[in-house]
Amino acid sequence: MNLCYSQPASKLAGFLILKGLAVPTLYDKIWADHLVGQRFDGMSLLYIDQHLLHEVTSPQAFEGLALAGRPMWRVGANLATPDHNVPTINRAAGIAGFDDPIARQQVVTLDENCRRHGVLQFDIKDQRQGIVHVIGPEQGATLPGMTIVCGDSHTSTHGAFGALAQGIGTSEVEHVMASQCLAANKTLNLQVKVVGDLPVGLSAKDLVLAIIGQLGTAGATGHTIEYTGAAIAALSMEGRMTLCNMSIEAGARAGLVAIDDTTLEYVHGRPFAPIGAQWDAAESYWRSLNSDSDAHFDKTVIVNVDQLVPQVTWGTSPEMVTGVNGAVPDPATISDEVKAESARLALKYMGLTADQPITDIWLDRVFIGSCTNSRIEDLRSAASLVKGRKVAASIKQAIVVPGSGLVKAQAEKEGLAQIFIDAGFEWRDPGCSR
Amino acid sequence: MKAFETVHGLVAPLDRANIDTDQIIPKQFLKSIKRTGFGDNLFDAWRYLDEGDMQMTQNERRLNHEFVLNEPRYQGARILLTRENFGCGSSREHAVWSLMEYGFDVVIAPSFADIFHNNCLKNGLLPVTLDHATVDQLFDRAEEPGFELTVNLVAQEVRLNDGTVFSFEIDPDYKAKLRSGEDDIIATLRHADQIRAFEGQHKARQPWLFNR
Repeated sequence: MNLCYSQPASKLAGFLILKGLAVPTLYDKIWADHLVGQRFDGMSLLYIDQHLLHEVTSPQAFEGLALAGRPMWRVGANLATPDHNVPTINRAAGIAGFDDPIARQQVVTLDENCRRHGVLQFDIKDQRQGIVHVIGPEQGATLPGMTIVCGDSHTSTHGAFGALAQGIGTSEVEHVMASQCLAANKTLNLQVKVVGDLPVGLSAKDLVLAIIGQLGTAGATGHTIEYTGAAIAALSMEGRMTLCNMSIEAGARAGLVAIDDTTLEYVHGRPFAPIGAQWDAAESYWRSLNSDSDAHFDKTVIVNVDQLVPQVTWGTSPEMVTGVNGAVPDPATISDEVKAESARLALKYMGLTADQPITDIWLDRVFIGSCTNSRIEDLRSAASLVKGRKVAASIKQAIVVPGSGLVKAQAEKEGLAQIFIDAGFEWRDPGCSR
Repeated sequence: MKAFETVHGLVAPLDRANIDTDQIIPKQFLKSIKRTGFGDNLFDAWRYLDEGDMQMTQNERRLNHEFVLNEPRYQGARILLTRENFGCGSSREHAVWSLMEYGFDVVIAPSFADIFHNNCLKNGLLPVTLDHATVDQLFDRAEEPGFELTVNLVAQEVRLNDGTVFSFEIDPDYKAKLRSGEDDIIATLRHADQIRAFEGQHKARQPWLFNR
């Protein structure tokens, strides 16, 4: 139950909250619209609209279904693609191009399971294959107001669309396959209010790293974050995906951005997006979902980005972050003994010395990719910096892994791939690159 | 998940505290596409002298004859006796799967890690919490050849063959769930009509979610 000890937007809101009529947030509305009811043990059953599957966390779930002789509840709510353990080279050879026998077996098993149950899969030879958190949005399989789950912690990415998206474990994957529901408890609401404008040249990644730096990696535990403020509204959809992707790194169950024209323009016309009259109905529903202006958040954290500089993570955890003009810390000056010890271990692991300026750190490898940053805008932005330059001789490896086959094709069409290749980067095939 | 009432069986003592899930089932065995086949790799680093991988069968491995579970007198044990904070570390459900597949139905310890405790409930393994003094006493007795216990979930008691009885506490919902043998999916599917009714209304309100 929400009480008014945090910051009600007005006295009236505070009064309504006391009466149990808290003004709802986007999260509250999506939750309410998907709540089937309470199970006998008190857990809420939340109806799931979209279930994304990949080769690593789905096989035991499919096996569990088979052992119990259960069908999938709604096959059409599932979309599969292999991404986690697929090699990012030699893709033209298909399955035969896999060196790792375990990865091969995982991908073959996904093929068999999808065929047996009739699940739509973009398989290893399909140009639409890619990182599950890239292809969902790309295909319009991710829609605003949806509930989305996947056996992967970075499922929070899809919150960029004003969809409630979260990562789940293997037993829960099977549970959703069998019942179309997730047994869960509602989280608290955390507003991360971004004040100021993001300076030119900075991206959503800088923004989210600064937010994590302020919140800490457990700062949002037990909460769903809604990111608000003009700087968030100004982000492109791809920027919002980068932002929401890393909500999990702050400990949140999920992260959300309000639905606006930017969202709708991105979704419209995608293969699985509604069309015609259905689109009109969807649009008016989606626009009604946003948090009301006096919505009640259990906690609000304000992050000012006016003076933000490019962010660099220097250690072994995303909260070990500082500005590019900063330096790595001296553990001796950290008062919290646990934090001091983890800083000491991280510096040792990274081969850095206390107080070393960030700009004095030599780079060993350059990697552009992952579900956080492998979309076309990321590649355009990287290519604009790389153009006409060369990878330094001191760099051991420099690779670019596009997030999907379609991103790869687009980047080749725009000449971005050639820019990377000319500079000395390896131009890879799509996957998570684990 | 089978319904749990009473287990009578041999007790295997594993005298270590803070056993984590990576010690229960090391991470190199998690790449499997199955939820079965983990029993042979339970406590792998302690049970075998060589480093195993998923491709190897148990016959190809070198057993560590010093490890308690490899002693002939504990073969066929159904009850694992161990120390505090059992099952700490990563949330992998494989830890419970491997214990059950090895043959354990009950783990007795002074305390259990939270997520592990919940994973037990999801899969039908009974965690019995007894105080330190009682656990000490049971460790002493487990040195006797053929030491057996009867663990009765209904009466919430652990009974020795000599008639000594120790009672244990368990959350009533947890107990009911283990007794019914209902896994999480069965529990949810009892609401199938409600889910179907919701789905019908949901489709009427947002038909675009049902185009595939």
